[in-house]
Amino acid sequence: MAQEKKSPGTAAETPPSILSVNNIEVIYDHVILVLKGVSLEVPQGGIVALLGANGAGKSTTLKAISNLLHAERGEVTKGSIMFKGARVDARSTNDLVKRGCIQVMEGRHCFEHLTVEENLLTGAFTRGNARKEIRDDLELVYTYFPRLKERRKSLAGYISGGEQQMTAIGRALMSRPKMILLDEPSMGLAPQLVKEIFEIVKLLNTQQGVSVLLAEQNTNMALKYSQYGYILENGRVVMDGPADELRENPDVKEFYLGISDEGRRSFRNVRSYRRRKRWLN
Amino acid sequence: MLFFMETVISGLLAGIMYSLVALGFVLIFKASGVFNFSQGVMALFAALTLVGLLSGTVPFTHVDNPSFAIPAWAAIPLTIIVMIIVAILIERFILRHLVNQEHIILFMAMVGLSYVFEGAGDIIWGSDVKVIDLGLPHGAWDWLLDTHGLYIEKIELVAAAAAVVLVVVLAAFFQKTRIGRALRAVADDHQAALSVGISLRYIWIIVWSVAGIVALVTGVVWGAKSGIQFSLSLIALKALPVLILGGFESIPGAIVGGLIIGVGEKLAEVFGGEVIVAIFGRWFEIDPGIFTATENWFAYVLALIFLLFRPQGLFGEKIIERV
Repeated sequence: MAQEKKSPGTAAETPPSILSVNNIEVIYDHVILVLKGVSLEVPQGGIVALLGANGAGKSTTLKAISNLLHAERGEVTKGSIMFKGARVDARSTNDLVKRGCIQVMEGRHCFEHLTVEENLLTGAFTRGNARKEIRDDLELVYTYFPRLKERRKSLAGYISGGEQQMTAIGRALMSRPKMILLDEPSMGLAPQLVKEIFEIVKLLNTQQGVSVLLAEQNTNMALKYSQYGYILENGRVVMDGPADELRENPDVKEFYLGISDEGRRSFRNVRSYRRRKRWLN
Repeated sequence: MLFFMETVISGLLAGIMYSLVALGFVLIFKASGVFNFSQGVMALFAALTLVGLLSGTVPFTHVDNPSFAIPAWAAIPLTIIVMIIVAILIERFILRHLVNQEHIILFMAMVGLSYVFEGAGDIIWGSDVKVIDLGLPHGAWDWLLDTHGLYIEKIELVAAAAAVVLVVVLAAFFQKTRIGRALRAVADDHQAALSVGISLRYIWIIVWSVAGIVALVTGVVWGAKSGIQFSLSLIALKALPVLILGGFESIPGAIVGGLIIGVGEKLAEVFGGEVIVAIFGRWFEIDPGIFTATENWFAYVLALIFLLFRPQGLFGEKIIERV
């Protein structure tokens, strides 16, 4: 890995970004404004966390990048998205997957009536009929997720939530991605499993050089495994910075990590937080 | 007893036709959630095209010119190509623009499409009843007639064989190939299929092409039995109760449903009156003659009963629930 852990986001010394989102605005159904100008950068080989509460716009941001938005009657109306130096905001999902950018959707979305192995194989759809290579990659996925090998013949609908999440990530790996957009991998999983999955993602990042944009509500975990973070609220980035700085930030601590330096605070102070946030804008 | 057997067998063979039409419905419904109302007319259109090519009809003129006649080995692939082109056109001009719209909008588009097919068939190939001759055998199967005294048409056996081959080929295609796997993936979860880079447009074209080929087989077999005429499109309506019986998403359901309807309506037609009399004759004086022509509505009544008691059909998609 050329890229080191430290702060990729800030201007000058950064390596070229694999993904950069510039001030995009997303509108659903021609009327509902969901993202109001989101910008972010993912450096080559980095893990970047996209944090925020429910409905902040994390998933929408990822879908705008992968262009799954189109299928939900949403569209990017302003701004641009660059992947590996090319503009991709009008590209189809199929095209993006071919270019090496794939999304792992929130809620896993395995193909329930297909076996685990068939699920993994559908991930290689865009690669045509290169059988030998696809077989090799299947084995590679099994080395990262040995559990899936045991369950390869089970229908994906019947395996556990953690195994489904692994299947979803493994399926994405089968497309040989350069970049994975990982949407809430911790959803509905036991803490131990969440840790296991994050460890594997970290491993994929360092060993396979896959860059990761990670949308998470589990702020603590996400900041532990990422190098840089963005915090979204109401469709805007309200704060960003290196992961370790964000973890020390008193506002993040209080509102996303649930820890406070000052003991219990009254709701009056919430307003002051809002004011500060606006200033950050 | 022999008569009963004959009734059942001819019912089974008629049922195969329903199964074939229903199969076309199921394929498209699974992959795109579209209820393809025009499947029956597609069968008609495919058969008309094949006959037109075989007999050298000049399109739009309705005049046969024997010097343009194309032999069957070339006409069949050509017809398949026509059906694939039709699939591409449907994706390009209908599905692409209506994706993500309400179901009812797509349904109306399909109703419209069926009229387009019917009109196109009429304009291009003419509306007179046509005879299709692919050299399929006609008449009774002598061996069975001599040894067991059963009367079964050879053509119906050919139809059954064609249906079996078609189903086996389709099953292999779905289970073993990359495209088949992608089709099943799309049927399971559109969004996830999109997310791994499966192009829905491509899948739709494939699935409509396959449905077109199924329609061709249906049209040819049906046409060989009773001539290619516009009433062929009405078998599409019979496919509705078949689907309700078998479940909209199940290929085995379409096949079994078709057979049940086929046998059921034949039995109802032949023995329905006697059964009713046997049961209720004690209390009422019934003329068994009034229970004729049940063949026309039996399937719909059966479908109605199913809707009341088992709306997902016999083979409705197994719903996987994890606890």
